Amino acid sequence: MTVDTTTVRKIARLARIRIEDAEEATLAQELGGILQWIDELQAVDTEGVEPMTSAVATELHLREDAVTDGNAQEAVLSNAPERMAVFYTVPKVVE
Amino acid sequence: MSVSGSITHLTLAEMRELLVKRAFSSKELTQAHLDAMEDLRSLNAFTVETADKALAMAEAADQRLAKGAARPLEGVPIAIKDLYCTEGVETTAGSKILKGFVPPYESTVTAKLWASGAVMTGKLNMDEFAMGSANMNSAYGPVANPWQRSGDNRDLVPGGSSGGSAAAVAARIAPASLGTDTGGSIRQPASFCGIVGMKPSYGRCSRWGIVAFASSLDQAGPFTRTVRDSAIVLGQMAGYDPMDSTSVDRPVPDYEAALHQDVKGLVIGVPKEYRVPGMSPEIERLWKRGMTWLEEQGAHIREISLPHTQHALPTYYIVAPAEASSNLARYDGVRFGARVPEEDLTGLYEATRGTGFGAEVKRRILIGTYVLSAGYYDAYYNKARRIRTLIARDFSEAFEKVDAILAPTAPSAAFAQGENMDDPVTMYLNDVFTVPASLAGLPAISVPGGLTEDGLPLGLQVIGKAFDEEMVLRVGHALETAAHFTHLPQRIAG
Repeated sequence: MTVDTTTVRKIARLARIRIEDAEEATLAQELGGILQWIDELQAVDTEGVEPMTSAVATELHLREDAVTDGNAQEAVLSNAPERMAVFYTVPKVVE
Repeated sequence: MSVSGSITHLTLAEMRELLVKRAFSSKELTQAHLDAMEDLRSLNAFTVETADKALAMAEAADQRLAKGAARPLEGVPIAIKDLYCTEGVETTAGSKILKGFVPPYESTVTAKLWASGAVMTGKLNMDEFAMGSANMNSAYGPVANPWQRSGDNRDLVPGGSSGGSAAAVAARIAPASLGTDTGGSIRQPASFCGIVGMKPSYGRCSRWGIVAFASSLDQAGPFTRTVRDSAIVLGQMAGYDPMDSTSVDRPVPDYEAALHQDVKGLVIGVPKEYRVPGMSPEIERLWKRGMTWLEEQGAHIREISLPHTQHALPTYYIVAPAEASSNLARYDGVRFGARVPEEDLTGLYEATRGTGFGAEVKRRILIGTYVLSAGYYDAYYNKARRIRTLIARDFSEAFEKVDAILAPTAPSAAFAQGENMDDPVTMYLNDVFTVPASLAGLPAISVPGGLTEDGLPLGLQVIGKAFDEEMVLRVGHALETAAHFTHLPQRIAG
């Protein structure tokens, strides 16, 4: 499995991670190496095997549909890198 | 007993007993550990020291002790991996992107420890977002292993990702610490640092308030210097939590009581697939010694087969990055953590994440994004989940014939900082013996078994059935008794 720099750019874009031009080639090589390594799994026979959904079979708890938490506006906003009044701020997204 | 120095060498069980007897106060005990923390700052084990908080907690513990109202961990200092959210104390998961993040809430597991009377001394260094096997991926820099090779004073790695947690306990800066284990992050550093590290069954401890890496694998667990101490701390961590729907609602047994039982008549499985090509003779010798120790105590050793073992690591390196890419999507520079301002929103996300994440975290997010992307989801992610079912099935079939499994913890002893860094896959191979139990959600412990020829500790691993922590502790205790591991690291407090 080889990964080209176009693919690296595409994945990085999907992951919303900016990578520098200088990093592209190294990343392509590293990701290619990892993908090649995990490609051996294609040879394993998994016919009729269900994908695991949980390591430990367990029943989910149900509880009454009631508000149990809230009124924590200041706590929620306390770590915002930028805020205005009781809002998070972001660059303008609508014209 | 003198109140400084050797006090930090006591086991947690001894500290607890002497605190209740008022042989020393929690304040004295805590101060001795704070002094040790200061003396050994060169290890870089801590990201935050919480001395004032510790002394205040110790004072409250002393008041309870004076009234004869001690709770199970009353007055005992414990340090916490920086992956646990601690109210009012900076929590960064070893990442630049969470610099300055002060949680307004406390993780369930740490809250339970404080409710048991434990005293928090600080937050421990770790691989960024728990991704690593050498603690070389921290935004705070590497942690030094308190152990060094004989005749060689180069810094060795403590293992990872819970490197600070393991180093602090080995160096007698804390009698116990909390770590987390996703693919080996408690057991491998415990092996590298010559201490006991326990990963409980998936669901045994609540994950609420622990910064998520791979949610189907992450588990909280203790580092201690003895198996008994491990049982004591685990007993206070475990239990159902309505805040974590994957935590399991079943009673928490008295783990300490499990140690009263010997291993006579138990059948211990030895998986033939763990005898990997090129295995170090020292590891193989230790493993055989472990078998002999258990046999001498009346257990039967039986070879078993876990046929899908060789696929466990590649499976893990699909499942864990896939979940990480999803979990780490929340670090976007808007709600918490670092932010790199840009003109438009996408640019802000990309710049924040491009600058805030370290190289290994970026690699894993990219791999995860790739295996989850359109056209590859079935070929990689679903395939890996199917193989995970096969790996878990191997174990459940084996446990029809055996009570527990004995294996090495890691393929080598601690290595020097900078070694095994040639390419990412070389580092991933460190987890070859720990990842299978993680994928199957099983409890496992690493117990120090002996030293290499150049004087470094090696651990033995015991794996049990899901929720049979008692068996894991019992067999671990038998190994500990026979190994009689009393060696001390070179860089140590007291």
